[in-house]
Amino acid sequence: MNIKHCTIALGLAVGLPMTALAESQVDPAIYEVAESEDGRHYTEDGTPTFNIAEDGTVDWLTFSGFRRYHAECHVCHGPDGEGSTYAPAVKNSAIDLGYDQFFEVVVNGRENGNSVMPHFGDNRNVMCYLDDIYVYLKARGLDAVPRGRPAKKEAKSDVIREDEDACMG
Amino acid sequence: MKKLKLFTSGIALCAASMAFANDDLIAQMDDPGQWAIQTGDYKNQRFSQLDQINAENVGDLQVAWTFSTGVLRGHEGSPLVIGDVMYVHTPFPNIVYALDLKNEGKIIWKYEPKQDPDVIPVMCCDTVNRGVAYADGKIFLHQADTKVVALNAETGAVEWEAQNGDPAIGETNTATVLPIKDKVIVGISGGEFGVRGHTTAYDMATGEQVWRAYSMGPDSDILADPEKTTHLGQPVGADSGTNTWEGDQWMIGGGTTWGWYSADLDENLFYYGTGNPSTWNPAQRPGDNRWSMTVMARDIDTGMAKWFYQMTPHDEWDYDGVNEMILSEQEIDGTERKLLTHFDRNGLAYTMDRVSGELLVAEKFDPVVNWTTGVDMDPASDTYGRPAVVAQYSTAQNGEDVNTTGVCPAALGTKDQQPAAYSPETQMFYVPTNHVCMDYEPFRVSYTAGQPYVGATLSMYPAPDSHGGMGNFIAWDNINGEIKWSIPEKFSVWSGALATAGDIVFYGTLEGHLKAVHAETGEELYRFKTPSGIIGNVMTYTSDGRQYVGILSGVGGWAGIGLAAGLTNPNDGLGAVGGYAALSDYTALGGQLTVFALPN
Repeated sequence: MNIKHCTIALGLAVGLPMTALAESQVDPAIYEVAESEDGRHYTEDGTPTFNIAEDGTVDWLTFSGFRRYHAECHVCHGPDGEGSTYAPAVKNSAIDLGYDQFFEVVVNGRENGNSVMPHFGDNRNVMCYLDDIYVYLKARGLDAVPRGRPAKKEAKSDVIREDEDACMG
Repeated sequence: MKKLKLFTSGIALCAASMAFANDDLIAQMDDPGQWAIQTGDYKNQRFSQLDQINAENVGDLQVAWTFSTGVLRGHEGSPLVIGDVMYVHTPFPNIVYALDLKNEGKIIWKYEPKQDPDVIPVMCCDTVNRGVAYADGKIFLHQADTKVVALNAETGAVEWEAQNGDPAIGETNTATVLPIKDKVIVGISGGEFGVRGHTTAYDMATGEQVWRAYSMGPDSDILADPEKTTHLGQPVGADSGTNTWEGDQWMIGGGTTWGWYSADLDENLFYYGTGNPSTWNPAQRPGDNRWSMTVMARDIDTGMAKWFYQMTPHDEWDYDGVNEMILSEQEIDGTERKLLTHFDRNGLAYTMDRVSGELLVAEKFDPVVNWTTGVDMDPASDTYGRPAVVAQYSTAQNGEDVNTTGVCPAALGTKDQQPAAYSPETQMFYVPTNHVCMDYEPFRVSYTAGQPYVGATLSMYPAPDSHGGMGNFIAWDNINGEIKWSIPEKFSVWSGALATAGDIVFYGTLEGHLKAVHAETGEELYRFKTPSGIIGNVMTYTSDGRQYVGILSGVGGWAGIGLAAGLTNPNDGLGAVGGYAALSDYTALGGQLTVFALPN
């Protein structure tokens, strides 16, 4: 099933600027769904990943990641993870950095001269949705979802809702 | 030689007595050869009496000289010219240069503050700064980290410093300051971090705090008198800054104060607007959320509020009310009145009596504005002064987790901070505008001090069914509430305008053009493409009897974030993705001052 999804995604990517990594250049192991549980999806090594159905319906986390990204991150990194005049296109970072390092940078921040990524470790609006933002950006970086708001989404699972409520307090 | 004398006398006055400090600045502002304050004058008219460059000859304009600021981020504001010295500021790290206009712009002094880079990511939407101010022989810089610094105008030496806010809770600064009488009045940024907005006066000579007025909170915090402070002619009553909030939400209530300030010395009042209430999720803050989104008239000496007018009660779209209040004296129905004209983010242009706070005109200054059908102008009505909200575009009525689509204008407003100009000769306002709409979905957020506190996701796109561009530059009649002419622009116009007695109006574009148009007709008379996109404000001055026009280039700010990669309309379907112009196809970073003059 997942191979088919990717074919569709590649089809959508045709004609778009090649700023995103084509899925064919990337080891499928980093995005292919190997396991799914309660509306969440994981790769072979247990890393969270996106799941996009043939009709374009995105999993809840990818949609939620779109929403949270455009509240917390886009004021620097621009719409759809495309970057701004001063902050990088983070849609590629989710792939370039890998899950652990992505997580580390968001939690602790980093600094390079006057280019500063803040630390979000104590911000529940980010930390409770870190997997959501990660899988959304991974999907964006691979052009598995187009720019803009995903048109169709899966419903939020009960487990995701309970986890969110527990995290947000 | 005249300028030199004025400058010398300014220094002498400051040494003699503080009471004359303001006379010095007023003399500088009254001299059209100077550009002594960011806003052109206390009225914020951005009008120059200079007419050497005019509609007949502006087509011959040439670049006279240039200056690189050495900083790459978004360059808002403009240089000042005092005597034979030009003062140029930069975005973070907020360098100030004093340039010798008699010596090919040689750097007389340079001031570079040491600021903790941790302030950078707490600044919403780039690290812009809208420029320094001058008075009393001092240059006033309000840094990103909210430190207010008075520099000796001749040497750049620090005369005093005052810490106005705390970046650790998200308080930052992007604005210039208002030097007036013996005070320096300053605002604060951080509405997207749950900051409670405030306006503060410091003693011009010592930097000691004189008063502080919060935008919401108890009467003693907001400096309002329940009986004497009015809203549309009625006393505001007790606890007006807390009784339209639920619980303690007012303590993180927003209403920040990062716009331009104007003043009327005869009335002893100054004017400014407050920003959005925090969060962007209206469901988390029931009530009108006073006094966010409010035009404020306060006493210069005490900070006490004379009148308020809340334009957008219970904001649902992030339509900050901070844009400048332009003061003018014009005839209405045969009577000359002291007016205040304000182009709000919410897409309505307001004309008010600035003495009484009476609302005279409230009309849309972009026909695509759709969230309201208009403002109730009947003083006898229960909803007098309130905008009628269209249910379809109400993010509050549609509720949390619902995506409200097609709202015009977008959160950046029909106009943001980029200041308009007013010509007393044509009695028209020249307004840089955005022509952008949005989808807006509010959702629950939790507050953490010093962290973003937004609570909505939004998508922005060029106004549908229009010319396809994202901006217009318009001429506005504030008495009749009508657009006189409108120039479509590919991108939002994010540059402050300048009108002159030469029948011309200047503005910059995000592609980097400096444009001159005819003040009566809008006909384009001149354009020149500077090295980077323009979000700065046009200024003019004379040196050795020759008129110059100066503009800062250096793309960035909100525009550099939203437009860098181009906008997409999620409602247009996949075919349109990538179909709109990307600013990154036209310009790249670079801070530069370009100064123009006619050929010798």
